[in-house]
Amino acid sequence: MLEIKNLHVKLEDEDKQILKGVDLTVPAGEVHAIMGPNGSGKSTLSYVLSGRDGYAVTAGEAALDGQSLLEMEPEQRAAAGLFLAFQYPVEIPGVGNMTFLRTAVNAQRKARGEEELSAAEFLKLIRQKAATLKIDSEMLKRAVNVGFSGGEKKRNEILQMAMLEPSMCILDETDSGLDVDAMRLVADGVNALRRPDRSFLVITHYQRLLDHIRPDVVHIMADGRIVRSGGPELALEVEQNGYGDLLAEVG
Amino acid sequence: MADTAVLVAQVPTVEGKVRPGQAALAAHLDALDLPRGGFSRAARQDAAQRLEAMGLPGARDEYWRYTDPAPFNAARPEPLEFAADDATLFTAIDRLHLVFVDGRFDAAASDPLTAEGVEIESLAAADAGDDHWASGLYGRLEAAGQVPVKRPFAALNTLAAADGLLIRVTGQVARPVHITYRRSALDADVHLHHVVKLEEGAELTLLESGVLGARSNVVIEADLARGARLHHLSAKRAKDPKLGLGHIFARVGAEALFKSFTLSVNGAMMRNEAVIDIAGDDAVAHIAAAVLGDGNIGRFHHDDTVFVIHGAERCESRQVFKKVLKNGAEGIFQGKILVKPGAQKTDGYQISQGLLLDEGSQFLAKPELEIYADDVKCSHGSTTGALDETALFYLRSRGVPRERAIVLLVLSFLADALDEIEDTRLREDILGRLEDWLTERAGNPGKA
Repeated sequence: MLEIKNLHVKLEDEDKQILKGVDLTVPAGEVHAIMGPNGSGKSTLSYVLSGRDGYAVTAGEAALDGQSLLEMEPEQRAAAGLFLAFQYPVEIPGVGNMTFLRTAVNAQRKARGEEELSAAEFLKLIRQKAATLKIDSEMLKRAVNVGFSGGEKKRNEILQMAMLEPSMCILDETDSGLDVDAMRLVADGVNALRRPDRSFLVITHYQRLLDHIRPDVVHIMADGRIVRSGGPELALEVEQNGYGDLLAEVG
Repeated sequence: MADTAVLVAQVPTVEGKVRPGQAALAAHLDALDLPRGGFSRAARQDAAQRLEAMGLPGARDEYWRYTDPAPFNAARPEPLEFAADDATLFTAIDRLHLVFVDGRFDAAASDPLTAEGVEIESLAAADAGDDHWASGLYGRLEAAGQVPVKRPFAALNTLAAADGLLIRVTGQVARPVHITYRRSALDADVHLHHVVKLEEGAELTLLESGVLGARSNVVIEADLARGARLHHLSAKRAKDPKLGLGHIFARVGAEALFKSFTLSVNGAMMRNEAVIDIAGDDAVAHIAAAVLGDGNIGRFHHDDTVFVIHGAERCESRQVFKKVLKNGAEGIFQGKILVKPGAQKTDGYQISQGLLLDEGSQFLAKPELEIYADDVKCSHGSTTGALDETALFYLRSRGVPRERAIVLLVLSFLADALDEIEDTRLREDILGRLEDWLTERAGNPGKA
């Protein structure tokens, strides 16, 4: 369960307040969506939760399964069960996808005091997970995200999620740059990972993705706050009327 | 004309004075025990004359603008306490292993000098006689490489080298020839001169590793006949601040392939010069380096100065230089491609990149192209930058600890250079050691 209380965040180097009191609770097993216009603070929220540099928390707190996140290093947050699927997955030439994933999986296991996976165990596991995401072994052999299409990059993110088995997954505009088929494939991958002890926070501009990943709750974010929350119908309302009416309504 | 005459009159004369470079040279030569030479005597005398004319480089020498020649000019190196060098590279590979200690061939520690398709002798042994196949090569490529830029330390090496290897390859050599350098004296001032001759269609892999001495000056002259292939791989790691100079002079014949890769890790003030003369049509020459420098171990300054000459048609050259620098380390790259008239369809490429892990380190690059043919493809690029923060965050967000993530990103940065090692086993060996060293260093910031 992710609990965010009164979270205030500014840019580290500039006197610019981006989050102005975010309150949000995502109970275990639920899928929540955050929608909102450009510049409302959606991506900042995902970065602050996962520990990216460049932001200063000026007030508030965030906890995952009772553990306070904000003091942790990014790798500690990951080991605690947080996963961020990037809007723009990073290309790392010269580092094999397998090496990267095995390093990540074993680093997390080590951090949690679990035994590391042997090469054979890892290989078996990744082959099995990759197959369900239609990721072929050639893609696993390539350097991380290098030469991957937009769809392949996002599938690779979901593969990482599947391998790392987080309790809280944040998807930052995972639908951006995807055609309909690729989006369906990614959504199927996410849906296959739904479990009673795993929550999702899906950040998106469009309702489209939410047709495929059905949310339990939809939040509208504007000017650094959650201004409205509701059921899936809220996303449809945004799709039909845009943000203008909705934001005027909440003042 | 009158004005010119006045100007000439105002130029102070140097006649009767000894130029600083010559004074340094005299002191330097005094400190050396110069071999008399057997078959190499004429070449040594020729080198002495050329050296006398050029002197040692001065601080104002344009070619030494980024590297201070003073420590190399000094008559003797400072004695250097050194940690035990690790000599585990290439040990898992079936190779012909040859050992030099303080710049002298150690036959007892080496494999017998016999292998199919190759003749090998030590220079010291061969130079006892007056007749040798290498007499037509020793000092010849070095002398040719003195134009248009003077390389005094290479001439000094031809004059002063006490030992080295003379390798003549006539066929396919199955096992790589691996030279391990060891040191025992604290103040060893080593001059080594290797001559490698590959006959038509011959192939050799030449490996170098280890640490030569407190100060070293190594010349390799490599002559590749038609269709010959030479893979040269040098990996050196010093845990202390030694001084090193290296020169490679290669003449690459038609359809021949020359590939050289150098890995330098830590603790050195180093200058490597390469003169690659691509003399025959359809030849290929690649030269690459990966450098890891940490200024906390001692002054780290690493200079790669490369001159590639295209003198024939349809040839390919590629220079890939990558330097990772931290704690005030300095990386230099001077690289030039010269395309002579008539060298049509030349494909020349050059990239030099510095990865600065802190603000105190610097990377200086001076890329040059000089082209006298009109149907060629030449490109060069140079970048200097810090670690990609987004990539670092990406790795950490997957649970990879910061130090480990930095190791992965450094390996990522070096990948293009490492890819120049064609042999998979050798590349894996280098990569494995590199990863170990990086990991070791990451765990001990600021210490050797």
